[in-house]
Amino acid sequence: MFATKSVADDLAGSAPIKGRSLWADARARFFRNRAAVAGLIVLIAVAAFAVIGPFIAPWNNEDIDWNVLGNVAEGGRPSLETGHWFGTDALGRDLFARTVQGTQISLLVGIVGALISVIVGTLYGAVAGYFGGRIDNVMMRIVDVLMSIPYMFVLILLLVVFGRSLFMLFVGIGLISWLDMARIARGQTLTLKGKAYIEAARATGVRPFTIILRHIIPNLLGVVIVYATLLVPSMIIYESFISFLGLGVQEPLTSWGALINDGAAEMTNGTLWMLTWPLFFFVITLFGFFFVGDGLRDALDPKDR
Amino acid sequence: MSGPLLQVQDLSVTFDVAHRGSWPWTEPHKLQAVKQASILLEPGRTLGLVGESGSGKSTLARAIVGTVPVSAGRVLWRGADIAQMDASERRAHGRHVQMVFQDPLDALNPRMTVGQIVAEPLLTHMPDLSKAQVRTKVGAMMERVGLLPALVNRYPHEFSGGQCQRIGIARALITEPELVVCDEPVSALDVSVQAQVVNLLQDLQREMGLALMFIAHDLSVVRHISHRIAVMYLGRIVETAGAAELITNPRHPYTRALIASVPIPSPKAERARPRPVLQGELPSPMAPPSGCVFRTRCPIAQPDCAEASPPLTDLGQDHLVACPHHAEP
Repeated sequence: MFATKSVADDLAGSAPIKGRSLWADARARFFRNRAAVAGLIVLIAVAAFAVIGPFIAPWNNEDIDWNVLGNVAEGGRPSLETGHWFGTDALGRDLFARTVQGTQISLLVGIVGALISVIVGTLYGAVAGYFGGRIDNVMMRIVDVLMSIPYMFVLILLLVVFGRSLFMLFVGIGLISWLDMARIARGQTLTLKGKAYIEAARATGVRPFTIILRHIIPNLLGVVIVYATLLVPSMIIYESFISFLGLGVQEPLTSWGALINDGAAEMTNGTLWMLTWPLFFFVITLFGFFFVGDGLRDALDPKDR
Repeated sequence: MSGPLLQVQDLSVTFDVAHRGSWPWTEPHKLQAVKQASILLEPGRTLGLVGESGSGKSTLARAIVGTVPVSAGRVLWRGADIAQMDASERRAHGRHVQMVFQDPLDALNPRMTVGQIVAEPLLTHMPDLSKAQVRTKVGAMMERVGLLPALVNRYPHEFSGGQCQRIGIARALITEPELVVCDEPVSALDVSVQAQVVNLLQDLQREMGLALMFIAHDLSVVRHISHRIAVMYLGRIVETAGAAELITNPRHPYTRALIASVPIPSPKAERARPRPVLQGELPSPMAPPSGCVFRTRCPIAQPDCAEASPPLTDLGQDHLVACPHHAEP
């Protein structure tokens, strides 16, 4: 009797106990998933490659090695002696430096596209779903209309009319990337809207936008993050496809898609390394993102509470 | 105290239910969730609201709290019509009327700590409070509802159902409201925990002078806590009286059936007593029966019951019943 009393007093008097948030639980689950952690390590390595690459590359990405020009198939093959670790491209430029540059651009495109989609799409969908009724109808019909336009066509038109530039590429990708996210966020918001804690907040007199930011968005975020990690690779694929068509980033800038395109054009000349190096980075990054996305989905699954 | 705290006059709530696969411009079905309900609640008193599922208890509560639009009638708070308030006055009014929900876990945001959940009404209505003041108030309130203040940084999923309901009560009481609407606060809990929560509510009512509106489908719980009980059937209040009077002297046939359905914890007595069991299901609120809505299941229904909806008549001692044939056996 007295023992329990003293224990209770100890508990009551002690400093606040740190709780385990759902985020902390999800983090623990994520790090138990081997494939996801491997994917994360690959992604970190690719990101490190993009950031550190320029400082360790012996050649600049714009300089042409005149010694190998004209004899790329022999002198331009990957070797440690010449400093062309990944070989050179058809113009005698160092492929290592070019791949670093391509990685930077492709990751940038993927991450900017995903960010636009997360910020715009989530807010748009949450607002439409929360207010419902006519507002929801109008907002989602706008999304439907934008979705019905073949975006590849719009993207190509944009790049042709306003000239090919990195900025235009971001604009084009930003225009389309948020649509799916808005739909997902709206659907999730509709299920959250029926929760009693939303009603409690409304009954207390919390403002609608505060409810959206405080109650709806944090509960949406699990789904949104999973979708965003799967969106990054698809953005990279779009960009690569556009660049493969010759409409993407412009020389001297490059991206994985452009490098793969260049490499594929030289495939018959016995310089296969021009294709394999950018392709290797492209593929491992996509796999990395898919594994991480998969791991996040398992970790953040609301049914697992 | 002078005058009633809350007065509900002829309140009706109607929902639009669209036809399946209809055009957007076709007239939707009307679902009468609450029809012409009137309620009077004095400060510091408890009104129990009973009725089976779908009888409109929760809708009536939500109309009073203001999360469901009122289609007709008035809700008067200390004589002021809530429908006349503009958006900001209405938000400020939220401080006086709080709500406790049925499913305790569903009522707490899983991404927020208990401290944040309990503090939310405070941050809404008293934004000038310093962080330290908020922390002290939250700690004091948690202690008052029987939770360790050291648990403020825990998340809802780390608590049991009864504890979650205490958190919900702490959130409802932190702004020192005058009315707390409890929508089946104990239905989702174990019987032993039910008693704890009901007693907690009673203690808090005594300490803080709260008025309670207590919704349940379990008459024995309602009888324990209420001063006055109203019985609802298909959106109508069919009988209302003081708690003891209603239980010992039920007049409406539906109330009698409800009371007869409360089990007696003694098999012998249970078998010995007559039990008028209601036949059939609750009619659809989209197409309620004409006249008295209870006539389709009523053991004493007469031909004239189909003609007009019976008004609530006073039998004296504030005992109102909506059945002209209540004197018959």
